Amino acid sequence: MSIKVEHLSYTYMKGTPFEHKALDDVSFEIKDHEFIGVVGHTGSGKSTLMQIISGLIKGYEGKVYINGVDFSDKKQDKKALRRLVGVVFQYPEYQLFEESVEKDIAYGPLKLGVEQKEIERRVKAAMDLVELDYDLFRDKSPFSLSGGQKRKVAIAGVLAMEPQILIMDEPIAGLDPMGRENFMRLTKSLNECGITILMVSHNMDNLAEYTQKVIVMNNGRLFMEGTPEEIFSDYDKLKQASLELPEVARFAKLLRKNGLNIPEGVIQYEQIKKFLIEKLRGKK
Amino acid sequence: MMQNITIGQYFPGNSFVHRLDARLKLILAIALIILIFFIKTVWGYLSIAGLLFIIIVCSRVSFKFVFKSVKSMWLVIVIAFVLNAFFVKGNTVLFEWEFIHIYTESILRATEMAVRLVLLVLISTMLTFTTSAKEITDAIESLFKPLGKIKFPVHEMALMMSIALRFIPTLIEETDRIMKAQMARGASFDSGSLIARMKDMLPVLIPLFISAFKRAEELALAMEARCYHGGENRTKLKVFKLCRIDYIAMIVIAAEILFIAFGY
Repeated sequence: MSIKVEHLSYTYMKGTPFEHKALDDVSFEIKDHEFIGVVGHTGSGKSTLMQIISGLIKGYEGKVYINGVDFSDKKQDKKALRRLVGVVFQYPEYQLFEESVEKDIAYGPLKLGVEQKEIERRVKAAMDLVELDYDLFRDKSPFSLSGGQKRKVAIAGVLAMEPQILIMDEPIAGLDPMGRENFMRLTKSLNECGITILMVSHNMDNLAEYTQKVIVMNNGRLFMEGTPEEIFSDYDKLKQASLELPEVARFAKLLRKNGLNIPEGVIQYEQIKKFLIEKLRGKK
Repeated sequence: MMQNITIGQYFPGNSFVHRLDARLKLILAIALIILIFFIKTVWGYLSIAGLLFIIIVCSRVSFKFVFKSVKSMWLVIVIAFVLNAFFVKGNTVLFEWEFIHIYTESILRATEMAVRLVLLVLISTMLTFTTSAKEITDAIESLFKPLGKIKFPVHEMALMMSIALRFIPTLIEETDRIMKAQMARGASFDSGSLIARMKDMLPVLIPLFISAFKRAEELALAMEARCYHGGENRTKLKVFKLCRIDYIAMIVIAAEILFIAFGY
């Protein structure tokens, strides 16, 4: 599923003293099956952008095309958009409400009008994906679970809708390092199954490891766009958007400053590990 | 979707209307509201309307927002007008059809009611537009202090009020967020039958209540961690003190009261 946005602008509380321009003429294109990272400091407009693409904010200027269909057209069926796009919000565990895990995960598909038998299959499959044991958890109340488990249930609830595009607004905030790593791996495997992924995150390290393309937002505008290697090599420009380099890139920069010849665009852990091992062996 | 509420909202500013002592503003607003019901002539209404006009201009709040808050009450105003027009009896018949009699007096009376309501909304709107919720609760606490002598929990009441007011925007924001999350899962709040829509509110209300309780617990913990233990010996950062503008405002309103008292 491809996404194309053209000249998106959005102003909060238009016509009041609290007026705030959240998005200012943003255009970009995402190809089918891509894994996109979206970064930007707080208030840079990334969440607004994600919500507009998901069809949750009305009254914006510009166009949103998903797979070539113009969803900024008011006559376009919103249900169709719901079937295509799944949204995982920041702290998604706050959206749980049903009495059992199974029912909560089934809510989305039920609303889409999926058949009962198919719902059952989807709930099982979604719980499998997030590594929750179906028989053990299906009848438990979601409120009796731990924070990490709750989040898994919430994410399974979105996955059970079987979206073609997954939009995630800081899905790993508040998870421990293990949970983060597991979640990123799950996202990658979903991406490999053909789901287009848009992930907002403050965690540059994870984005550097997993994404194919990164979009940088700054003050409501599209500030940078490119491969993670390109984006995370341009320290000066990132700094302008008040962002930091990923840890590996920072490490590489320090080594470079101290005379070690590390090529630009080394941003992943495995890359720098390989490079350093080779270097040390060569010295011997 | 819930961002368009203007009634009860505070518009930060530094005009002299904003700077007036909040206690005084509260009392003067209440005095004006009571005064409205004693007005007998058109001149009385005009004088109050003129006074309000001056207050609005001085406060530099745009007329658009003042008008908007009156507009949000239009249904109440229309109902009051219609009820008075139909049910007040008079002598001069203006219009007659089957069992409906409308008198000139009833139309006049209905207009008066509508004008009163508009003025009432304007006065309370100007109070909340120019006084922050914090100032209002502080003013109430300060005004009710004497009741503490008869063991009335003034401080606790004021605290409850300010916490409630403080959390209204937070809860609205939270509602908006949860609604969006459930909308993304296929809930629809603006289509379908009334029953279907009410059913769809459940997935919003349950998470909202859970997070509100959680927030309350966290707040209590945070307050205790900062040594909060009730109102005893607690001092205020901002102490109310009457200044020159306060006395001027008092004199102006007193003049208005006298004007009405003399039969206008």
